[in-house]
Amino acid sequence: MDYFLQQLINGVTLGAIYGLVAIGYTMVYGIIGMINFAHGEIYMIGAFIAVISFLVLGLIGITWVPLAVVIVLILTMLFTAVYGWAVERLAYRPLRGSFRLAPLISAIGMSIFLQNYVQLVQGARVKPLPPVMSDVIVLMDRAGGFRVSVSDLQLLILALTVTLMIGFTQVIARTSLGRAQRACEQDMKMASLLGIDVDRTISLTFVMGAALAGVAGVMVTMYYGVIDFYIGFLAGIKAFTAAVLGGIGSLPGAMLGGLLIGLIEAFWSAYFSVEYKDVATFVILVLVLIFRPTGLLGRPDLEKV
Amino acid sequence: MDRAAGDPMLTMTGVHTFYGAIEALKGIDLTVATGEIVTLIGANGAGKSTLLMTLCGAPQARYGRIVFEGEDITRLPTCQIVRRGIAQSPEGRRIFPRMTVLENLQLGAITAPASYAEELERVFLLFPRLKERSAQRGGTLSGGEQQMLAIGRALMSRPRLLLLDEPSLGLAPLVIRQIFQVIRDINRDHGMTVFMVEQNAHRALRLAHRAYVMVNGLITLTGTGAGLLANPEVRAAYLEGGH
Ligand SMILES: Nc1ncnc2c1ncn2[C@@H]1O[C@H](COP(=O)(O)OP(=O)(O)O)[C@@H](O)[C@H]1O
Ligand SMILES: [Mg+2]
Repeated sequence: MDYFLQQLINGVTLGAIYGLVAIGYTMVYGIIGMINFAHGEIYMIGAFIAVISFLVLGLIGITWVPLAVVIVLILTMLFTAVYGWAVERLAYRPLRGSFRLAPLISAIGMSIFLQNYVQLVQGARVKPLPPVMSDVIVLMDRAGGFRVSVSDLQLLILALTVTLMIGFTQVIARTSLGRAQRACEQDMKMASLLGIDVDRTISLTFVMGAALAGVAGVMVTMYYGVIDFYIGFLAGIKAFTAAVLGGIGSLPGAMLGGLLIGLIEAFWSAYFSVEYKDVATFVILVLVLIFRPTGLLGRPDLEKV
Repeated sequence: MDRAAGDPMLTMTGVHTFYGAIEALKGIDLTVATGEIVTLIGANGAGKSTLLMTLCGAPQARYGRIVFEGEDITRLPTCQIVRRGIAQSPEGRRIFPRMTVLENLQLGAITAPASYAEELERVFLLFPRLKERSAQRGGTLSGGEQQMLAIGRALMSRPRLLLLDEPSLGLAPLVIRQIFQVIRDINRDHGMTVFMVEQNAHRALRLAHRAYVMVNGLITLTGTGAGLLANPEVRAAYLEGGH
């Protein structure tokens, strides 16, 4: 029971991170019907920006943790937003209206380019980040039992994710930008007939998704303490699986899918085998694509315009 | 920008539009004056919808010039044209099916947020049915209600030129009468200039001040609504039998 509880806490933490990345996949798919394969790299870049920012803040003497974390989050979101914007501008917009496979190939190319770019400028070796937050709250510690604890960092990850997801959902549901995004999703031509700048709306969708992936990058860096230029690949596939599992195109679906993937990964590692934890995700991806391609919360009538 | 009734608001000169290699508009000349209701009639496939969409830059004219209120809008992107004061209720209505009636109307006002409340009240006054249905999803409305919503949504941007593509298509006679009444009212009471494509030639010609007849991508006839109603050629081609 205690062991189970601990895995639950770990799984939810992981799920929060995957969920944030999954939102970017699902929103971009919703609006332009394309899988942005470079999205995992944006998350990886977010992780690198986090490491660099923490280092620089340490050098200039900003060591008060809450302040440092806030600054790093803001910096990372800004930078990843710019990267997301640039990726759309360079790799996808010029191909809008061409055959369906073209942007997909371009996306894969972009992904390889970003990986190599980071490898080139940052080196291929693993980058460590000394623990920024290391306090642990022990929840349960019975004699002979398993110690159940939650770290400050885990609480921060959960609180931040929940806040961002609520904020994000509100933006989509209530603001004029969110309405414009949904309008583009349902009928791009009509959206432009109403005076909506479709290109700008698509850009902003990439920017928003990238900023969320940036936050996930910061959190994963703090959580695991090591990153390399390759982390975007696996995390990208997992988050993509989360988006597909939840129902690609669906915002609550991405959150739910992220949570489920995080839980499955945590429990799989805990009860079966750590070595094969990534296989679990791939198995799910294949099964969902075969048996329920619309996912858990996806519409069966996923019409694309 | 105060314009007196009768000034040309919209001018198309020698406009050609292509879909790939297919030439859908083959040199269109027409004008719409401030305060008019102008209708464009013609058989299915003549190019009427293409003409309205070309006015909005989607697709853009390949040759020719479109001038709106003195400004050349031929090469402007669609969203910029709409911001100049042209709104369209397009063919097939294109209501956002998974958004509520209210959200559809809010989207209509996206270029004119300042006058949103005022316009919403006016649209609800014109179409009380939309007020009753405001929380319902667009996709669940009847055809007539969708047409009301499409027109209402276009009006939300406070256009000076309203483009309507077959507002009567597929609707019951009673609903058609209601919608044409609204078109007449917004033109008479609010001075809205209306350019309307119709297959229901009889009603359209009775409502319109002036009309154009289109065949195969070209304007073949023009005159007053009453004049074309009496024209034997028009009667034979568009009025007798059916309507
Ligand atoms: N998106 C399109 N792609 C290719 N051809 C089109 C397209 N839309 C219309 N057409 C063609 O252009 C011509 C004019 O069509 P349209 O403007 O819809 O006529 P109308 O509205 O008068 O019925 C038709 O021959 C039609 O087949
Ligand atoms: Mg048509």
